Amino acid sequence: MTKLKLAFYWAASCGGCDVAVLDINEKILDVAALADIYLWPIAMDFKYKDVQALDDGFIDVCFYNGAVRNTEQREIAELLRQKSKVMVAFGSCACFGGIPGLANLYGPQEILDRVYQETPSTVNPERVRPETNWKVKEGRLTLPGFFSAVYPLSDIVQVEYYVPGCPPPVDLILRAVQAIATGKLPPPGTVFGSDKTVCDTCPRKKEEKKVKGFKRPHEVIPEAEKCLLEQGLICLGPATRGGCGARCIEANMPCRGCFGPTDRVLDQGAKMTAALGGMISSRNETEVRAALATIVDPAGTFYRFTLSTSLLKGRVRPVEKGCPPGGIVAGS
Amino acid sequence: MMAAFEPKIVGILCNWCSYAGADLAGISRTKYPANIRIIRVMCSGRVDPTFVLQAFAEGADGVLVSGCHPGDCHYQEGNYKTYARAEILEQLLEQMGIEKGRFRLTWVSANEGEIFASLVSEMVEEVRALGPFRPTRERFAELQATIGREVAPAAGAGGEGND
Repeated sequence: MTKLKLAFYWAASCGGCDVAVLDINEKILDVAALADIYLWPIAMDFKYKDVQALDDGFIDVCFYNGAVRNTEQREIAELLRQKSKVMVAFGSCACFGGIPGLANLYGPQEILDRVYQETPSTVNPERVRPETNWKVKEGRLTLPGFFSAVYPLSDIVQVEYYVPGCPPPVDLILRAVQAIATGKLPPPGTVFGSDKTVCDTCPRKKEEKKVKGFKRPHEVIPEAEKCLLEQGLICLGPATRGGCGARCIEANMPCRGCFGPTDRVLDQGAKMTAALGGMISSRNETEVRAALATIVDPAGTFYRFTLSTSLLKGRVRPVEKGCPPGGIVAGS
Repeated sequence: MMAAFEPKIVGILCNWCSYAGADLAGISRTKYPANIRIIRVMCSGRVDPTFVLQAFAEGADGVLVSGCHPGDCHYQEGNYKTYARAEILEQLLEQMGIEKGRFRLTWVSANEGEIFASLVSEMVEEVRALGPFRPTRERFAELQATIGREVAPAAGAGGEGND
């Protein structure tokens, strides 16, 4: 049997997805026996020109993690698409924009100003900004250009499969690798994971969901058996695809939504709004308003991983000056 | 010359009170602007916030959700759920940069035809003043067109020279 040809790439991501690949531990040897790797920036020394030299469609499967935020990430996405038979969006950032996608709550200029000028730890009296093109006496230096928004991989190139998760759980990675290795591929567009929500697979005891308000994880030590929502913690279980093994919930932490919505849901944030709105026990408008003021950052919480693929995909106009980060103050 | 901007408002009304109220406005021949497209649902509690976001995503300039007055819900408590959802949704919309006036939740009973008509007139004028709302597709097509013409940060000092 000829060996599988694989490539791994990281774009706008934290590196956790690459580590997740290594987390398959000794099974990495099976992968090594099964496959040859042609690009893996975090672990092996290849150059882009090595990939450019390959024939089109030479690589069997490319696992691309990270969102697309700049010209280099797009260029490599396009290059790997051209050289690969199957393109896998690997991890929540490649699938939905992930945490970097939250930057779509701001414009590119706001981000650059914040990072290079306004943060309390920045000292930059000369107002230096990164330049895409700069001449020095040794020659010309270039940097990738910064896009106006964060894109999921599927906005840039055609994607065959999605392996969500922050990072994807090991058994899901193995399932994907095995499906590919044995040629038992699901139909293109398949998201590896469950068809049902996290709630559906959650082992906790669920009774009536009625609360007077919400708490944040650092404010309370939750009971181990009882539904976290019923304990007033914002758990994204009702609006999130299962298949993760409920890892966070087993560790007594509410679901953060990294698997994105299920196939039948258009917008994870809207579904969370519906779920939490239906849970308030009071019928008094003042009390309801007070209860909901405990949700500190709805957009950042409900779209923690999926803002780039939500219905609005990001903030629709620039943040007004003097507006606090996130746009609002709770209870205002 | 460009035609004057006529806002498109999506109105999602409950069957038992607000739709009947809108109907009363109609049969009473009360005048109100034709900018609203009415969708009837059985209860305002049926209004998934997805409906509102999708209306905006597809280019509605405003969304009006209307149900029975508190205590009058045909299904006992559908409108209380709507109220709580709308409270969260308003915060979410504000974070997403959608102006307050573009989304409204109101209570209109079956005999409040006049009130419905004046609510719609008021909202149409408010949204008209805010101007058109661009559908997500259009907004992002524009952003994607800027790919390749990436943000060149304001020229700074340091280095030997930009050219």
